[in-house]
Amino acid sequence: MTTPHTSSSTTSAAALRRRRLSTAGFHAGAGALSLLWLLPIALVLVTSLRSFDDIAAHGLGSRPQSFTLGNFKQAWVDGGQQRALINSLAVTVPCVVVTLALAAMAAFALSRYEMPLRRSLLLLMLGGNLLPPQILLIPVSRLSELMGVYDTLPALIGVQVGFGVGFYVFVLHGFMRAIPAEIQQAAVVDGAGPWQIFRRIILPLTRPALAALSALSFTWIFNDLLWAITVLRSDSKMPITAALIGLQGQYVSMWNVIAAGSVIAAAPTVAVFLRFQRHFVAGLNLGAVK
Amino acid sequence: MAALTTVARKAPAPAPTPPRGRRAAGPRRTPPVVLAFVLVPLLAEALWVFWPALQGFYLALTSWDGISAPRFVGLGNFREMIHDDIFRTAALDTALWLLLFGGLSALLGLATALLLQQERRGVGFYRAALFLPVVFSLVATALVWQAIYQPDGVLNQLLQAAGLGSLRHAWLADQDTALYAVIVPALWRQIGYVMVLYLAGLKGIDPVLYEAAKVDGAGRWQRLRHITLPQLRGVNAVVLSVIVIDSLRSFDVVWSLTRGGPYHSSELLSTYMYSTAFQSLRLGYGSALAVVIFLMAFGVIASYLVRAFQEAD
Repeated sequence: MTTPHTSSSTTSAAALRRRRLSTAGFHAGAGALSLLWLLPIALVLVTSLRSFDDIAAHGLGSRPQSFTLGNFKQAWVDGGQQRALINSLAVTVPCVVVTLALAAMAAFALSRYEMPLRRSLLLLMLGGNLLPPQILLIPVSRLSELMGVYDTLPALIGVQVGFGVGFYVFVLHGFMRAIPAEIQQAAVVDGAGPWQIFRRIILPLTRPALAALSALSFTWIFNDLLWAITVLRSDSKMPITAALIGLQGQYVSMWNVIAAGSVIAAAPTVAVFLRFQRHFVAGLNLGAVK
Repeated sequence: MAALTTVARKAPAPAPTPPRGRRAAGPRRTPPVVLAFVLVPLLAEALWVFWPALQGFYLALTSWDGISAPRFVGLGNFREMIHDDIFRTAALDTALWLLLFGGLSALLGLATALLLQQERRGVGFYRAALFLPVVFSLVATALVWQAIYQPDGVLNQLLQAAGLGSLRHAWLADQDTALYAVIVPALWRQIGYVMVLYLAGLKGIDPVLYEAAKVDGAGRWQRLRHITLPQLRGVNAVVLSVIVIDSLRSFDVVWSLTRGGPYHSSELLSTYMYSTAFQSLRLGYGSALAVVIFLMAFGVIASYLVRAFQEAD
């Protein structure tokens, strides 16, 4: 099969051609797939910039013959997207901060100290997060009524923190456990208390995991719909996901406005993704129990 | 390293009598601050998750309209399900959803990961393109696809252009197509996620294995069958848990596209539970439906926890 010397130049040329061909094939396949994936996004972007009359006259799939930014204004002001986006951020940002702070504390205690029922506590907390939310919906909406926080943003923050924290405890525990014990022992010898060890030593070393989980949890909480419609009622308090459904009802078949609303609703998470892409992907993999 | 830390932790503890009481406080005693570190998050979760979950299980045994006191009916709600046609539809649709949404996202996620595993020029862009929908909310995803599915939408126009005009359809309004029309957007968003999990798994496979197989004359297909797939077993378990848990939680996309209709043809247990509880105000029956969802998820949750238990040293 191997014919040395005589035909080596022709075989290498053939191999080169084959490699070129397979590269071209790869780019054609992967490119087509990416295009297919990006097509719906492109469609929404284009639709959000067209006028209603254009779409009504020519159909959604036609070549655009108009350009307007008015749809965004309509969704933003008349459709209540502005208030909804503020609500979303007012829930998401505190949720991410509080959840990760609590989770880091618990993970620190469970991973760096001996305590009774250590492993059971860890799994109990993780188990709570794995429950299907449906089993909690009715009692949680009742509970928030009983506590007098029904239809307020703190109720949504509370349930998001309570439901989410177990997962982050588990992930951060795995991460902190890998930090060598010697580092901590040196600090103990120097007279550092648990709080100092946590703040000065463990937390800085956990930074990569915290960054990854922040990007991830921001997206999850921001995109939630179910908890919001469970503990909130007034339109003025709804986050952007629920407001988008409201927009769908308010502007029936006015696709230009609905598309603009979808773009507004997706923009913050896309920004987080593009800015923190590496953290984001790392976060997804941290979450996977291997 | 794991072995090192366990040895270090266990070394100073030969005492068989655990120190109790305030005078016996040795180095082994957990400092109160540390206990508080665990208790505060635990209480938050207890208040918003454990306590409500217990109530949820209890409410499943009651009949309750949310106004008068819940009335205990034992297993009455579950007996009612047997004769409830909508429940049967929702359970079947949920099973179909698990199979199609779950199965296809695993298969296509693996396929795209295999396609895009090699680091080469442009691969970052392709990965990002497939992954981008993962960051969209399911509501936004649903609305994007709703526009595509409209009678004058892109899908019908494409069919027309391809000479398949007879297939034009009101995709979401037809009982025969509604469920499948809802699965597609959910898949569009999930495949990138599964791909990322598999990409990490593929990265973890020792390249020496492939070298050895190549030396032994194994072809591309044989390498996939005998090295890649067996090596991915750990990731497969993760993907399976993620998929089952996500499938049973699926709610947003159905709710925004069809509300479970038309005529319950795209009803999942999750949407049926929500409308039963919060629209029909049959809170007891709704809780019982939630318990069914829990039971379906239980096996996966339990195995996930067992794996987590083994991992947590």
